[in-house]
Amino acid sequence: MSAAAERISLAPAAVKRRRTGGFWHRAARHVMRDKVALVCAIVLLAIALSAIFAPWIAPADPYKTSMLRCLLPPLSPKYLLGTDELGRDMLTRLLYGGRVSLSMGIAPVILATIVGGALGVTAGYFGRHINMAIMRVVNVFYAFPSVLLAVAMAGVLGSGIVNSLISLTLVFIPPIARVAESVTTQVRNQDYVEAARATGASAGRIIVQHVLANVMGPIVTYASSLVSIAIIISSGLSFLGLGAAPPLADWGLMLNTLRQAIYVAPVNAVLPGVMIFAASVSFNLLSDSLRSAMDVRA
Amino acid sequence: MPRDPLVEVRDLSVRFVNRDIDLTVVDDVSFRLDAGEVLCFLGESGSGKTVTMRALLRLLPPHARIGGSIRLAGHDVTAMSERQLEAVRGPVGAMIFQEPMTALDPVFTIGTQIAETIVAHEAVSWAQARARALELLEMVQIPSAARRLDAYPHELSGGLRQRAMIALALSCKPALLLADEPTTALDATVQIQILLLIRSLQKELGMATIFVTHDIGVACEVADRIAVMYAGRFVETGPVADIVASPAHPYTAGLLRSTVSASTRGERLASIPGGPPDLTDMPPGCAFGPRCVSHGAACDAGVPPLIPFAGGRASRCLLTKEVVHAGQGGGSVSREAHM
Amino acid sequence: MSADRGGPAQPILIVNGLRKYFPLRGPLGTIDAHVQAVDGIGFDVRKGETLGVVGESGCGKSTTARLLMRLIEPDAGEVIFDGDPIGHRGISIRELRRNMQMVFQDSYASLNPRHTATEEIVFGLRVHGMGSKQAREQAHASLRLVGLEPGQFGDRYPHEMSGGQRQRVNIARGIALNPRVLILDESVSALDKSVQAQVLNLLADLKDRLNLTYVFISHDLNVVHHVSDRVLVMYLGKVVEIGPVERIYGDAAHPYTRALFASRLSMDPALRVGAAPLSGDPPNPVRPPSGCRFRTRCSLATQACAASEPLLREIAPGHQAACHALTGEMADAA
Repeated sequence: MSAAAERISLAPAAVKRRRTGGFWHRAARHVMRDKVALVCAIVLLAIALSAIFAPWIAPADPYKTSMLRCLLPPLSPKYLLGTDELGRDMLTRLLYGGRVSLSMGIAPVILATIVGGALGVTAGYFGRHINMAIMRVVNVFYAFPSVLLAVAMAGVLGSGIVNSLISLTLVFIPPIARVAESVTTQVRNQDYVEAARATGASAGRIIVQHVLANVMGPIVTYASSLVSIAIIISSGLSFLGLGAAPPLADWGLMLNTLRQAIYVAPVNAVLPGVMIFAASVSFNLLSDSLRSAMDVRA
Repeated sequence: MPRDPLVEVRDLSVRFVNRDIDLTVVDDVSFRLDAGEVLCFLGESGSGKTVTMRALLRLLPPHARIGGSIRLAGHDVTAMSERQLEAVRGPVGAMIFQEPMTALDPVFTIGTQIAETIVAHEAVSWAQARARALELLEMVQIPSAARRLDAYPHELSGGLRQRAMIALALSCKPALLLADEPTTALDATVQIQILLLIRSLQKELGMATIFVTHDIGVACEVADRIAVMYAGRFVETGPVADIVASPAHPYTAGLLRSTVSASTRGERLASIPGGPPDLTDMPPGCAFGPRCVSHGAACDAGVPPLIPFAGGRASRCLLTKEVVHAGQGGGSVSREAHM
Repeated sequence: MSADRGGPAQPILIVNGLRKYFPLRGPLGTIDAHVQAVDGIGFDVRKGETLGVVGESGCGKSTTARLLMRLIEPDAGEVIFDGDPIGHRGISIRELRRNMQMVFQDSYASLNPRHTATEEIVFGLRVHGMGSKQAREQAHASLRLVGLEPGQFGDRYPHEMSGGQRQRVNIARGIALNPRVLILDESVSALDKSVQAQVLNLLADLKDRLNLTYVFISHDLNVVHHVSDRVLVMYLGKVVEIGPVERIYGDAAHPYTRALFASRLSMDPALRVGAAPLSGDPPNPVRPPSGCRFRTRCSLATQACAASEPLLREIAPGHQAACHALTGEMADAA
């Protein structure tokens, strides 16, 4: 009887519901309010869209060479950003280059997040011997500097886009696994996981419904900060001749081939670097903002 | 009475301001405290009791804005620079916390931390400071004090750690001790030891003490006067014995009634319905209005003032006057007003 | 609800010789010592009663709760649920957990921050094979039982509720599976006093309506007094006294129980506690004292107390205490 009375009286004084929506919704709104992050998001979106629609918006053929008009300076008639050492349109090649560079930044991180996340969550949830077995191996790889490891693996596997994708993925698995393991260990010791165990649920069910939802945020945030590093390392591999092969348009490769022309056409030579810089800085700042967005509680 | 009180707070308000919100967490708080008195801020979580206490030493996060005036032993705390404040924190007002493990530095021994504080505030040698530290540990009744001087905080049990923190707070002979729920994390048999220790030290040293607690039992053990806080405001002030015997504000009365004790066994507890208000969305008038049994239309017209009445008491409730008449009719204590 | 098979006289829980030591590992991974969290305790819980468990931090009351739920494996001892042992000879751990649920202290930490109130309750029901539509209905019914309107609170996340509302959700999750026993591990300790009273009233209502048995663990002696039929007092991993609430609160036998009660705050400024009944903190459970574990703080202790461990002895009908001074093994004490 009085439970009903309390329920009625509870209603008006109850904490007014703030319409905060779901977790990702809140995080997105936080990012929207951060002006720097918003600018970065717009820059990235512009780069991504122009890379995707490069065949339709690019003013010229990216592979059409001409010795007659090589290394034209920017703002030349018909060539807005000039031409490269083989007379190809710079603007076109920068647009096309975004396709390779962005994919090489994002794809290995996604693959590594899946593999490294699975390893880390498994190690963190089950603990003890399973944890020890997984994390020992991960830590051995983690001990190598990432650039060195990528170069070594790409060297062993041979050059080419697919091989550099594999080597980059392998490079990013250890750090992601380590982050996943540490956040999973934290979540695993929370009372709500204990409470889920107390209902009689299996480990698989608890991982899927309780653990993953709570570790995805930190893992994704961390992984997003690796995209900029992936772009730089993949450009580096191309620069060293271990990644994309000519005549493919790739920012790292373009930086390499235009290097010799730096005294003749400095602006042209710097342009691919500017693109790498813009993309990686934007990814970095966006992931910083994402990190603080994920921290918001209540 | 020409003598200045040790603490005089007028119209204190504290707002937490950031890009998104401007939240008033403490509002319209005024009180005074003389040397040797014990005042207890009693309230539930979020009532503003800790913020009020921390405002006295301006130990608040940078986004806090303090309004009103705070005078501490003649110093105007609100107008002081950070450097001037350092001279006040310690010799004038010292603080002890709920969790000594986070308040003591884990990488230094207890003796070093106490001696360092003494050296920082007084012109004494390190050896003299160490000797004083030993005296302090003995004063807070730490057994084999000489050995404990060289102990690190994690080597001590919870009760000893709390004693060590009290010793640290007393190292500059403060005129005012601020205690923020110092016994909440302790077990019952240890809690009573620490309460008795604080009570005896306070008497012995003639310190004024402000005690923050959510536990009426603790207030009954240590306080002379209490100030009951609700949603950032004092709702009732007065001598502890009178308030516990005949609470004037409906919130205080409800709190006392809903406190479990030996006599409530097997009965239904008279609980206060609902929960404390959301500070971002306060009711228009009396903050306790929505939960109050005597709620009337007049209560929503504006925030009621703290109405003083006999016995040095005051209550922030429009029904206060009636309570006074009823109380006097019943022959309750009538003492010289404190203010 | 599963059937009451053993009849009303059969205790719903019988605990025998339950022991749990937690290893402390050194820097090289070797086991250096053990925390003797629970050391050979035994008691029963009767059908329909509320058994209060009191003691200070480190006495093993929370470990006992987790051992009962089998969230941790005991090193030794058995738990018998309504006549059935737990394990391959009796009922499965899964079956045990359907019949026995637990409410934790921290209302925030014990709810998944990414689940709404309804989702949180549905999870446990789905585990036991309920269809998703039916599980939602059952979850809403549970929310109604704890005084939360599903339309208003069902879709809220933990951070959108107050502490009292969150603890109601935890209770709703506990009762949703229709258990017979609810273990309340400091479930009202973190709540503000005015809200605590509401939740205590709710627990009293639910116990009557759903025919529940409570194991009520708390360090708050007043709350335990209010709710319990019988009280179990623990000290450093041992049961020191167990008996009906009026005996324990009115005529406690063990010196520790008496000291614990004498440490209670008076609630009356005119009757302040004059002297602390005990000095110092409880000893470290890694190296407990020999014999009687309370002897280092006990005013009655003699050499006999160091030599042998006192066993629980009946000192009045249904009232047992473990103290040499009470059973005449110590010459002429007190």
